Amino acid sequence: MKPFARINLPGVLSLLALLLVWEISARSSKVIHLYFPAISEVVRSLVDLIQSRELVGHLLASLGRFFIGYLLSAGIAVTLGILLGYFRRAYTFSEVLIEFLRPMPSVAMIPVAILLLGIGNSMIVAVTVYACTWPILINTIDGVKNIEPTLIDTGRTFGLGRWKILKRIVLPAAFPYIVTGLRVSLAIALILVTTSEMVVGGNGLGFFILDEERSLKTTNMYAGIALVAILGYSLNRLFLLVESKAMAWHRGATARG
Amino acid sequence: MSFQVERGEFVSIVGPSGCGKTTLLMCIAGLNPPSAGGVVVNNVQVDGPPSNLVLVFQEFNKSLFAWRSVLGNVLFGLEVRAKLSQDAEEEARKLIKLVGLEGFERHYPWELSGGMQQRVAIARALAYGPEILLMDEPFGSVDALTRLELEDGLLRIWQNLGTTILLVTHDIEEAIYLSDRIYVLSRRPSKIIQTIEVDLARPRNQITTRAQVKFMELRNEIYKQISQ
Amino acid sequence: MVKWNKDSKLNGLMVLLAAIGLWEIVSRLGLINALFFPPMTKILSTFFQLVFSGEILHQVLMSLKRAAAGYFLAAIVFIPLGLAMGIFQWLHRALEIIVETLRPIPPPVVVPVAMLFFGLGDEMKIFVIFFSCAWPILLNTIDGVRNVDRVLVYTARTFGLSHGRLIAKVILPAAAPQIMTGLRISLGITLILVVISEMVGSSDGIGYFILDSQRRFKVTQMYAGMLMLAVLGYALNQIFFLFHKKALAWHEGLTKRRR
Repeated sequence: MKPFARINLPGVLSLLALLLVWEISARSSKVIHLYFPAISEVVRSLVDLIQSRELVGHLLASLGRFFIGYLLSAGIAVTLGILLGYFRRAYTFSEVLIEFLRPMPSVAMIPVAILLLGIGNSMIVAVTVYACTWPILINTIDGVKNIEPTLIDTGRTFGLGRWKILKRIVLPAAFPYIVTGLRVSLAIALILVTTSEMVVGGNGLGFFILDEERSLKTTNMYAGIALVAILGYSLNRLFLLVESKAMAWHRGATARG
Repeated sequence: MSFQVERGEFVSIVGPSGCGKTTLLMCIAGLNPPSAGGVVVNNVQVDGPPSNLVLVFQEFNKSLFAWRSVLGNVLFGLEVRAKLSQDAEEEARKLIKLVGLEGFERHYPWELSGGMQQRVAIARALAYGPEILLMDEPFGSVDALTRLELEDGLLRIWQNLGTTILLVTHDIEEAIYLSDRIYVLSRRPSKIIQTIEVDLARPRNQITTRAQVKFMELRNEIYKQISQ
Repeated sequence: MVKWNKDSKLNGLMVLLAAIGLWEIVSRLGLINALFFPPMTKILSTFFQLVFSGEILHQVLMSLKRAAAGYFLAAIVFIPLGLAMGIFQWLHRALEIIVETLRPIPPPVVVPVAMLFFGLGDEMKIFVIFFSCAWPILLNTIDGVRNVDRVLVYTARTFGLSHGRLIAKVILPAAAPQIMTGLRISLGITLILVVISEMVGSSDGIGYFILDSQRRFKVTQMYAGMLMLAVLGYALNQIFFLFHKKALAWHEGLTKRRR
């Protein structure tokens, strides 16, 4: 958090001004009220929805899909990425396949997933896994491939075998790249989960927001959007927290190793 | 501190590192306001970059426009003077030739060596047609041999164009070799501890001028002053 | 004897062909439900059929229309805004909080809002793309401007450049590489969002086409649509790459040398 002395006064002022204009115009015009319900109302409905547990169900559904999809893809992609990056032959064999599939936006997989898995949790998780795998995979491969050859040679002169080199030199060196991939996938996972929910329906925050829009309950819609934004922000912060802890451990490990 | 430079003179400022030579030039160039005192150019107080003066920076690699070729960079000096015409390209090529970079017009800065890049910066500054040229350690990041070449090149340009030059350097011998007069600065807080008139004959020569006894004497004198 | 170069890039191609061949065989033999995985040859023939009948090209054109409108609108609005915010600190501080509040909103979630305002037409999709492309373009532009070296600015000033010319002749070219990065990222986002917005609320476009094909169980058509989308993505990337090469030829050389 910014220290008190550096509070961004013009920023806060302009935000407050904007909110004030919004609040006043929403209250004064029925038309505007439909499209831009007053911020106070949005906040109130958000609180109400959470208290009434209605939104909590959707939130948990989305979160569940998010975490399962994200963690699953992380596991798969990091492992695969390390192998493909480290073993050159494996990479040349798969390179063309990767380059062929990359340009297709992952969201296009939604219909296929619906076809194969129906419209349940497994479909959403599957699509999320597919989408998140790409950035993590590519960044991991990048990280492993871009390691200074001298580092690996150093390991060799110390008589380390291929697997030891992998564990003690390659992994720590590629770590920052992997983290980048993981961070990018965080946003992607949220996008895919919400999109799938919108397309498929049922439950989840994505579905909720769309549903409220369709019934023209705009206050609830905005409340849902606010919740998703807060969720995205919190997940990001959580990631940074885990990252810094991991970095500290990583530094300690490499110092010892 | 206070000093004067007359039209057409070649004056150097010498001093130890960190004494504020660059800051001084920035003030004279109108890029940083002085905390006290002022600069007067042609009887006009300096308040922002004067239009008849250009500063050539020490970090030429950060100063040159990476997106323009050598010719493009030099043309910039002419463009600013609103002199865009057929002649403009002619003039630019002439300047490029003057600094000894003929044939490199289509090259980009990153393709050139340090010395060459600095020459482009100088050509660009000259294209602007300034009465006064300020130079901040122009040959500082260049190897010794190239530096001698550049020194002679600079003198040639100066003789050709008659521009007033104020040059800042930490290289004492360079200052003596190039200038009519030298101001020696002390360490921080700096002031002028010595003014030296360099009455060595012109045109100067890397071998004969530097061999003169007077050269040595000046050098030792300045060195003594600075090291105190 | 023919030597098999184990490291040749051709291996990758062969693997791809082998995979396609495997799919073909497995599908035709009925080992996999051919309804879900029609043979590749069938997919390809459907693909070309749709291309030549113009049907799929019509969908692509619809999508491209919206994508282009949203993308270029975002560029026209947010590059200048980014320039201004990069140059004028006060503006940056004033808008910073608003930007940081809107940024974490995942783009798909904007679709219902857009539907509220614009219904199900082109404007809805254009708005979604516009909103989503904003952040990469804006933030990269701001970054690009802020990273312009001070010496460069001093150089411009010593040559007596007025503020306007300083921005146009020095800051803009110097920030161009970073601005390009923002545009490149936004291009990917544009394609994704055109598909998303079409899947959620549309009656045409390539995204709608793929989803609709699935709903009608026209599976071969669905795959053909996905193939088209991949081709489209690849083509857009290539076009951007060419544009990048032309516009920033100087930068390519510079960065290559640094490595």
